[in-house]
Amino acid sequence: MKLLRDIWLVFGRYFWIFTHNPAWVVIGVVQPLLYLFLFAPLLKPLAATRGFPSGGAYNVFVPGLLVQLGLFGAAGVGFSLISELRIGVIERLRVTPVSRVALLLGRALRDVLTILLQSLILILLALPFGLSINVIGVVVVLALIALIGLLTASVAYAVALWTRSENSYAPIIFTSTLPILLLSGVLLPMGLAPSWLRNIALVNPLSYAVDAARAVFLGHLGDPSVVKGVVIMGVLCLISIVLGARAFGRAVA
Amino acid sequence: MAVGVVDAAIETHGLRRVFKTRKQVVEAVAGVDLTVRTGEIFGFLGPNGAGKTTTLRMLATLLPPTGGKATVAGCDLLTQPDQVRKRIGYVSQAGGSDYEVVGRFELTFQGRLYGMTREAASKRAAELIEMLELEVCADRTVKTYSGGQKRRLDIGLGLVHDPKLLFLDEPTTGLDPQSRARVWDEVRRMHDRGTTVFLTTHYLDEADALCDRIAIIDYGKIVAEGTPEELKRAVAGDVVTLTVAGSSQAALDSLTDQPYVREASIEDGSVRLYVDRGEVAMPAILRQLDAAGLQLLTIGLHRPSLDDVFLRQTGRSLREVAA
Ligand SMILES: Nc1ncnc2c1ncn2[C@@H]1O[C@H](COP(=O)(O)OP(=O)(O)OP(=O)(O)O)[C@@H](O)[C@H]1O
Ligand SMILES: [Mg+2]
Repeated sequence: MKLLRDIWLVFGRYFWIFTHNPAWVVIGVVQPLLYLFLFAPLLKPLAATRGFPSGGAYNVFVPGLLVQLGLFGAAGVGFSLISELRIGVIERLRVTPVSRVALLLGRALRDVLTILLQSLILILLALPFGLSINVIGVVVVLALIALIGLLTASVAYAVALWTRSENSYAPIIFTSTLPILLLSGVLLPMGLAPSWLRNIALVNPLSYAVDAARAVFLGHLGDPSVVKGVVIMGVLCLISIVLGARAFGRAVA
Repeated sequence: MAVGVVDAAIETHGLRRVFKTRKQVVEAVAGVDLTVRTGEIFGFLGPNGAGKTTTLRMLATLLPPTGGKATVAGCDLLTQPDQVRKRIGYVSQAGGSDYEVVGRFELTFQGRLYGMTREAASKRAAELIEMLELEVCADRTVKTYSGGQKRRLDIGLGLVHDPKLLFLDEPTTGLDPQSRARVWDEVRRMHDRGTTVFLTTHYLDEADALCDRIAIIDYGKIVAEGTPEELKRAVAGDVVTLTVAGSSQAALDSLTDQPYVREASIEDGSVRLYVDRGEVAMPAILRQLDAAGLQLLTIGLHRPSLDDVFLRQTGRSLREVAA
């Protein structure tokens, strides 16, 4: 009970900050739009290539874009934490009896909420271009994106608390997210990749999330890859929350 | 209220903290034994890097000690950190309020973190805003605040739940004299309401004016502890400073072995003598310098300040290190 209340309180604070400074949300929405309008048209001719999954360019591309949004949207959240560390906000919160899990989840859920908003906007805008998906599909895919966002945000906050400086945080986060992203088949399906690359992709958890999202967008909701993707993301999410909450418990900055 | 019982707000035994970085191991706090009595204003004085903040952060549950034990606000620091948190307030050296957020919002939110209802928290926020005279800026974002206003808000955030024990890490550093005086007033008012205040400072005059008792920390160790008066008394009775036309060293040499001089040194080109009774020593000093053929330029007599205490205990002048 106290935990839920604490999460709600912390979420409320960060949501307040978010609603009072929406500038970066605009940027966050513009970015996926650029992909949608400037990159997706290139896929049309590609859709006929051997190895490219059937189902239309947008139904193949948009799920990848959403996964990317979940990953990149949450990867940068540590920056704000580092500046809060510096001005003493984190110590001020840690010295209260508030739950350490809530310190993590309250703010991570705010991040997830913004990612879900962006995702929804993206899906709606892609519909007129020929994306086809039903409501259940949207719900399932948003749940998946939420898990990716929560996982990434928890890891990002933990890394921010460990490094305590933008100069170490930025290279760690960006050099690790890029290969994870590329090897997940987000941009182009791994079906097009040579076999060695496909083998590496097998150990990349994000590949399973992308597979699951694509299956949903192809209308295969009952596909085992969907359950597999959600379960893998869910388990990693729990682990990362434990890690992140522990980092909040012992931050030494 | 227990009468005649001196109960401790803080008691530490051998409190230690070692920081290990890739290049070196720093023993920031090297075995601190402290007792802070309930209801007093306790000053923690020391130069940069002495270990003040590290000690405070350990006592405020923010940093696990490497060794030692402590009782804070009646609870064991190591086994009951949650109980400690409910009872203490802590205002860090960096402050604690967020520039993007409105002051009143922060105060209310902070109250909610301590379990208050929305109504109780906003009532308490209004109270604090009035008490700390923040009415003019309470409904603006913190980035528009003056230095003194921000500092008062930071302190307010530590006071939301009316803690029995308040930690203030350098509450007046970087403030203009007027804002400083207001923070002092605030600390005194808390004291009058029965709050125990544990504050750190670089400023001797601050410790002298504000604190009931003081501990001086240097290189992670307590080098002196007591009331400002006691500490000053521990230094020789009076301090005589003088300058001569010629070499200060020659003046020092001729005076240092005189029976009435307890200790002598050169500070900023002037000779500094610790003597038992200044009014007796002065004529003797004049005669001695005359005999040595040294021409006296200036001479002054003053009661020892905490700076003298610090100089005696650490071999350094606090003014130098704090500059
Ligand atoms: N996280 C850390 N990692 C490594 N060393 C640290 C860390 N925090 C503090 N130290 C070191 O511990 C020592 C004591 O630092 P502390 O911050 O307690 O000093 P202080 O007395 O508060 O000084 P100041 O008056 O400058 O605030 C310093 O030598 C400092 O460099
Ligand atoms: Mg300090």
